[in-house]
Amino acid sequence: MKTIADLQAIRDKIKTRILMRKEHGYKHEGPASETHFRSHVMVCAGTGCVAGSSEFIISKFNEEVAKHGLQDDIMVVRTGCFGLCALGPIVIVYPEGVFYSMVTVDDVPEIVTEHLKNGNIVKRLIYAETLCKDEHILPLDEVGFYKKQMRLALRNCGLIDPECIDEYIANDGYVALEKCLTEKKPSDVIDIVKASGLRGRGGAGFPTGLKWEFAAKSQSDDGQKFVACNADEGDPGAFMDRSVLEGDPHVIIESMAIAAYAIGGNHGYVYVRAEYPIALNRLQKAIDDARAYGLLGKNILGTGFDFDMEIRPGAGAFVCGEETALIRSIEGNRGEPRPRPPFPAVKGIFGKPTVLNNVETYANIPQIILNGAEWFQGIGTEKSKGTKVFAVGGKINNVGLVEVPMGITLREVIYEIGGGIPKGKEFKAAQTGGPSGGCIPAQHLDAGIDFESLTALGSMMGSGGLIVMDEDNCMVDIAKFFLEFTVDESCGKCPPCRIGTKRMYEILERITEGKGEKDDIEKLEALAKSIQTSALCALGQTAPNPVLSTIKYFRDEYEAHVCDKKCPAGACQAMAKYGITAEKCKGCTLCVKACPVGAITGERKAVHVLDAEKCIKCGACVPACPFKAIYK
Amino acid sequence: MAKNETTGILAQETAELLKEIILKHNGYGRRDAIMAVLNDVQAKLGYLPYEAQRYIAVEMDIPLAEIFGIVTFYSGFSLNPVGKYKIAVCMGTACYVKDAHKILAKIEQKCGIKAGETSEDGLFTIVATRCIGACGLAPVITINENVYGKLHLEDVDKVLEKYK
Repeated sequence: MKTIADLQAIRDKIKTRILMRKEHGYKHEGPASETHFRSHVMVCAGTGCVAGSSEFIISKFNEEVAKHGLQDDIMVVRTGCFGLCALGPIVIVYPEGVFYSMVTVDDVPEIVTEHLKNGNIVKRLIYAETLCKDEHILPLDEVGFYKKQMRLALRNCGLIDPECIDEYIANDGYVALEKCLTEKKPSDVIDIVKASGLRGRGGAGFPTGLKWEFAAKSQSDDGQKFVACNADEGDPGAFMDRSVLEGDPHVIIESMAIAAYAIGGNHGYVYVRAEYPIALNRLQKAIDDARAYGLLGKNILGTGFDFDMEIRPGAGAFVCGEETALIRSIEGNRGEPRPRPPFPAVKGIFGKPTVLNNVETYANIPQIILNGAEWFQGIGTEKSKGTKVFAVGGKINNVGLVEVPMGITLREVIYEIGGGIPKGKEFKAAQTGGPSGGCIPAQHLDAGIDFESLTALGSMMGSGGLIVMDEDNCMVDIAKFFLEFTVDESCGKCPPCRIGTKRMYEILERITEGKGEKDDIEKLEALAKSIQTSALCALGQTAPNPVLSTIKYFRDEYEAHVCDKKCPAGACQAMAKYGITAEKCKGCTLCVKACPVGAITGERKAVHVLDAEKCIKCGACVPACPFKAIYK
Repeated sequence: MAKNETTGILAQETAELLKEIILKHNGYGRRDAIMAVLNDVQAKLGYLPYEAQRYIAVEMDIPLAEIFGIVTFYSGFSLNPVGKYKIAVCMGTACYVKDAHKILAKIEQKCGIKAGETSEDGLFTIVATRCIGACGLAPVITINENVYGKLHLEDVDKVLEKYK
């Protein structure tokens, strides 16, 4: 078991290792040692980059480094997400801060020989934006993608080895816990969190400090209370919680221990999606390591405080992201929600008072304790303090994870950080909040993003997925996509959600098939309103949002589907009508060969004819025609 | 039901495996371990056969009906064996806006089965899966442990060829 002095000794010992990665141009005095290597090769091992075989890249680096006898000088670090997933797999070499993008296993020998051995940067692999004309390397925080970002929740992602507890400790890890246990009363901790203005990052934005206070004040018959972490990140397109678990698992342990101390609990549960195997493994390792150091268990740091925690894997049910459903699932039941109140802070896991926060919320806590409530107050907008992590995806150049101060505009996120829309297409809408959120159109690009503004626009913060759509995406089709999701994921307990969303889906289905009826749009709106007001849990209550927001901003598109039986974006296959422009057709017969049903006929060098009766609208002919003679 | 009745149905080694998993999660007398136990059994056996559910029910003292209720509630649990290669097509939003549904249709056509089905030769199972969080690689599919990202319709043949 470690004491506070032991932890400090670890910090002193490997502080320089972290400094070298944090400070651009940092020079280490003295020779390389087991705690401070000459160069650090940071390889991203987040899920995105692992899918791009970064594990093989890591083994290849180790192999090549050993081959050149450099193992005492060079440290190969498996680290968390750098955020710029579009350029993965990513390798960053310190102290130079060279950012290599889209690295393959075959590139590794060259990086080792040229860069690490001979000191020549491999220019062909470098992320172009980081290389200045005079060939010096731009620090990452001056590059477009990072310039406007502010990494608080993600502060350790890409900076430390998530599987090494010492590196976490070295970057101020567990200092906040020490401070709470030795200098602060539980009520002081709650006061700081309350004063900071931190709000839950999982969706609704409830003030975290208030939640803790409710749980602290609630009594249970046997004195037992629980803390829990919601890592059931189900919103499609959101992966910030996964990245925190993968890149900085100890912050969750430290934070949950602080929460337990504040409310008077001794046991914690982390509910993680089973679809996140890497996150599950790293978190388990972190728990085991923390236990070995005595940071979990009895008498933590000799202060008399006991706390331990365990992981509960989910099994693929979106509704378990809802807090009462999650609690049912932790208890070992079907994850069906129940009405609130009582809220979990009063009756939670096994009927005991429970604090349940989202991963990103927890990731902010140690920094708030260390830097103070005023510091956190100074970031963000009046009612939404701090930063928010967004998973930016869809039709955008810099797909990835970005953390920005609240209040930043969508335009900045999409065009400055995100690098704009690929292939010169027009921005059409940004979808936030997943199946509970809505689509924000171009006229609101300059709205500042915070909890209130997004709700006012008919969307919501949600967990932070931000999917960008361009002119080729049909908004009715997108609404249908989300409804299909909710229909599938509805637990079936309450009729408004079970039956209502299904009816809405059926209406959307017939609209996108060109069979829309006159008052379908009004029917959708009426159904939506009654589901919003009568469904049991947040999943049902928010399920109509994608439909309502798209009707609100893109009503003309709905009308085109219903009245003119046309899909303006050309995305709804069933409504597409294919034909051949006679002037462009050269009679090459390529489309005839491409058509799977023989709907196109025509002799060589004669204008071809498309039989609309036979056509199954598969679209196979369009790319086959070299003269763009086939229209849709 | 007497305890010894259940072991007769399962192969002895499977019963031992299940017991080991229950012990690992400290599941005797602890109902809340059930999700972790079922997850591990699903991973080891590839599905949750009726006999295994029955064995777990008796060992952990949870009504079989409730276990069945849990197994059928969560989409991560399966009552049927899956094919040798499980093709999961991500249908998350980022993939969807990049035409994942077309990729799925092509794979379904190539394998001659629909999403959720297993081919007769037991080679392929296709599932349309929830967001796997690899949005940087959209559209993305996984075949067992292997990930194929930034797929184009033309790539589907080449990818499937490796598994035939």
